Amino acid sequence: MTAVTDRQKLSYIASQAADARVNVELETEGMTLNIGPQHPATHGTLRIVAQLDGEQVIRAEPMAGYMHRGYEKLSEVRTYPQITTLVNRIDWLGSFANEVPFILAAEHLMEVEAPPRATWIRTLLFEMSRVAHMILFLGDMGVQLGAVTPVFFAFRDREFVLDQIEKATGGRFHPNFDRIGGLKDDLPKGWIESTKDSMQTVLTFCDQIEDLLLGSEIFQSRTRGIGVIPKDVAMQYGLSGANARGSGIDWDLRRDNPVGLAYPDLDWKVWTHPDGDSFSRFWVRLQETREAVKMIEQLCDGMPSGPIMAKVPRIIKVPAGEAYVATENPLGEMGYYLVSQGGLTPFRLKIRSASFNNVSIAPWLLRGVYVPDIITILGSLYFILGDIDR
Amino acid sequence: MTLSFMDPLLALELAYWQETSLKVLLGLAAALGLTGAVVYLYLFKFVSFMQSRLGPMEAGPYGSLQLLAEVGKWLQKEDITPSRADKLVFGIAPAVVLTSTFLIFVVIPAGPNAVIADLATGIYYVLAVSSLSVIGILMAGWASANKYALIGGLRAAGQLIAYELPMVLAVVGVVITVGSLNLQDIVAAQASGEIFGWDGIGNPFVITQFIGFMIFLIAVQAELTQTPFDMPIAESELVAGYHVEYTGIRFLVYFISEFATAVAFAAVASTLFLGGWAVPESWGISRDAMHWVGPVVISTKAVILVGVVFWVRFTFPRFREDQLQKLAWKGLIPLALANIAVTAALKVAF
Amino acid sequence: MADDSTATTDAPGDGSSEEIVPAEPTDERREAILADLRAGLGDAVLDTHIDPGRDVWARVSAESWAETAEVVRHRMGAKYFGFLSVIDWLPSPYGRSMDASVDTVLAVESGDSSGEDDEPEEMQHGVAGGESRFQVFARVASIGVPGEHWGITVKADVGESLSIATWTNTFAGADWHEREAWEMYGIEFVGHPGLRHIYLPGDFEGNPLRKDFPLIARMVKPWPGIVDVEALPEVPEDGPAGEADATAGDASSEDSP
Repeated sequence: MTAVTDRQKLSYIASQAADARVNVELETEGMTLNIGPQHPATHGTLRIVAQLDGEQVIRAEPMAGYMHRGYEKLSEVRTYPQITTLVNRIDWLGSFANEVPFILAAEHLMEVEAPPRATWIRTLLFEMSRVAHMILFLGDMGVQLGAVTPVFFAFRDREFVLDQIEKATGGRFHPNFDRIGGLKDDLPKGWIESTKDSMQTVLTFCDQIEDLLLGSEIFQSRTRGIGVIPKDVAMQYGLSGANARGSGIDWDLRRDNPVGLAYPDLDWKVWTHPDGDSFSRFWVRLQETREAVKMIEQLCDGMPSGPIMAKVPRIIKVPAGEAYVATENPLGEMGYYLVSQGGLTPFRLKIRSASFNNVSIAPWLLRGVYVPDIITILGSLYFILGDIDR
Repeated sequence: MTLSFMDPLLALELAYWQETSLKVLLGLAAALGLTGAVVYLYLFKFVSFMQSRLGPMEAGPYGSLQLLAEVGKWLQKEDITPSRADKLVFGIAPAVVLTSTFLIFVVIPAGPNAVIADLATGIYYVLAVSSLSVIGILMAGWASANKYALIGGLRAAGQLIAYELPMVLAVVGVVITVGSLNLQDIVAAQASGEIFGWDGIGNPFVITQFIGFMIFLIAVQAELTQTPFDMPIAESELVAGYHVEYTGIRFLVYFISEFATAVAFAAVASTLFLGGWAVPESWGISRDAMHWVGPVVISTKAVILVGVVFWVRFTFPRFREDQLQKLAWKGLIPLALANIAVTAALKVAF
Repeated sequence: MADDSTATTDAPGDGSSEEIVPAEPTDERREAILADLRAGLGDAVLDTHIDPGRDVWARVSAESWAETAEVVRHRMGAKYFGFLSVIDWLPSPYGRSMDASVDTVLAVESGDSSGEDDEPEEMQHGVAGGESRFQVFARVASIGVPGEHWGITVKADVGESLSIATWTNTFAGADWHEREAWEMYGIEFVGHPGLRHIYLPGDFEGNPLRKDFPLIARMVKPWPGIVDVEALPEVPEDGPAGEADATAGDASSEDSP
């Protein structure tokens, strides 16, 4: 059913042969390498248990749960305005983007619609958290492959974007800015201009990364053909975001299902890459960063005026019903399945986070690769631990 | 040796043991001093500049005393031996690596007489002792009782053996041209040489042996386990590879030996390809003056070459182990063999 | 497809955004999806629900749960696996006791609670109905062709046996989701290759997301809620009364618009 690459076949044969050898010939045995939970390459506390034959991985199993915070349970005893604080912490690098689909789901059930200006600012901040997120990815991929310098550039230039987010929302990392029916505040004076300036820095950074990493022979030899995910497999595992688009799936929720955000009014492009390997995932993310910058510039120029808050009752009660709202977050499809029974708190909130699906493919993907490729593949899948563990 | 190397400085008659001790002390001081300079200059400042940050700024002017602070810090750290480690081997391993490094300095000439031991088989000796560090690294990897360290140690062994070969072969070109293994002879040949009758810059072998020079530099990068060949310590995969379990002063020893080896290999490369301590004879600097100028010349050349090593280190991503072996066995070694063949043919022809 | 027939009625709204946005989904389109599902599963489709222009639900019988996966993937072309999880429809036996004290005030104010210990409510199922306490639900989507994107949420009642067929044979990605559902709700997925704990320690007892699994921390010490509403430490002479007036005034002014 699933496509099996030659390398995976070879790995299977090798593992069979290794088992046979233990019995008859030499007393060799595989080694079980425990990568994590504390390891420089795991973005947090992911643990990967890998069975090795020399440098080759026979079987690798990611173990999540070291950061499980039980948000689905906690949100059942919190009111809707309180939950945005929780969901902020799911994917902590793109935290504003986590609030949006939840708020949209609640608004949909309440039949409240945010005013246009609020929608545009939401989209703007959403894309800015994507840019901040992707800058870090682009630099971090270098570190995963052993190039230390790009990540310093990333931290340097991400700061310009975070500064803008901080100016508008008051929080660098956890804005908690989105409200049911609109936003907490309007944008500060002069913010639009300084945002446009910071976007120029981001474009320069993208060019630098293209020169420093993407064009490097070593980078290409390390990523091309590594961790190939065929389209069919990507669909089965529910991969989303750049991981799906890197496998040639032309699908972007911003274009295909832009619920409640300003994407239909913007001129931009969805990039896909047919190869499905680590390189294509990196490439797609690089292009997406540039597209996001394009979008931010259009959003800055076309920002409508008007109120930023719709009329909502002081005590927020969501009518009974169910809704699934997903948006194209920096990491991929982030969705909230909200079940309300008409109370102050959700009855059930299923958080469909992108990284959970994206990493669940790892056991399939890591068979037969070499130890350094584990890091390349996990780096290119790009996950945030909080987004797996929720 | 008939001439005491101290002769031009102090007209002193020294016993053999006194002279040797003095040489060893001065050699150690020179090696450590250069290592410190390289660490400050490149690891602290040059890299900070590349990565758009300032680097250490507080300790001393422009952070120049930071190195002392670092050493002090490492000396204070607890010296931990893992409970399951092979304690004896674990303890000896850093010393083996450091010894291997310092033994290289023994034959590198820094002036007409400024050499600890002027061996007839100089370059042969350098290549031999430099491979000793593999044993130290393997010992560390094995004795740490840590899987990361073990993988790192084995990677290092595979890598260092693979890159010994292109390094040796790259040197053979120079040896054929000069007809001697002695480093002083190699220096003299470059200083007195001429390019098609023009002797303005002597004949540094970097010109005639350019391929050999490049192969040597690549092999040095790999021998030093610097990026793009740093799989043995690959911090994003193996955390710190073979020295993952080392702390405190033992880690410091690895740290020193890493950078001292960089200086040593850079000095060897300068001697072989860039003319060593000598300046071209046509410049007419007297032999007495060279006692003073020589060390400065070779130090400058070596430090610049180390700069190249660090420039590469902080620019490129790292290879994978199989790609590294492929590069050595399918790329560098055939190229080096071809270089030897051409050099030998030309040597016979002219 | 179905859009063409409705284009005449919905023309102004639809036509402008059609280049960029997928064609505005219509009821007919979702009806067609459900008709397709019924054609594939027959009587196993127990109940359906459409949120016009937004989403579609279908409830299938537990016996046909594995078949549903085959039908949505191979017959209907919903090859994209979104997620799989479980809902526990039991009303929380702890009532509102785990709310923050501030929220209890709000609940009383909004008429959601009497402030006393509320009686446990009746089990009340969501869209597309339900019969049992636990319902497993999954979302799949058809993606990849711009403008043709649709998704469906399918549900199935998990009876007293607390076990249901696995989806991993059809969607390999259901593996981790079923492990999570098994761990959090105690639902066994028959045929799953390895139901192991994914988040919780291996020896953890209980199923934390069940409604009758208490948040013990809350029971030991009630969540303080919004701590900002505590009185300021330094209050002027006429402080308490004035402060109370101010908050009351604020509240009414916010209420009035």
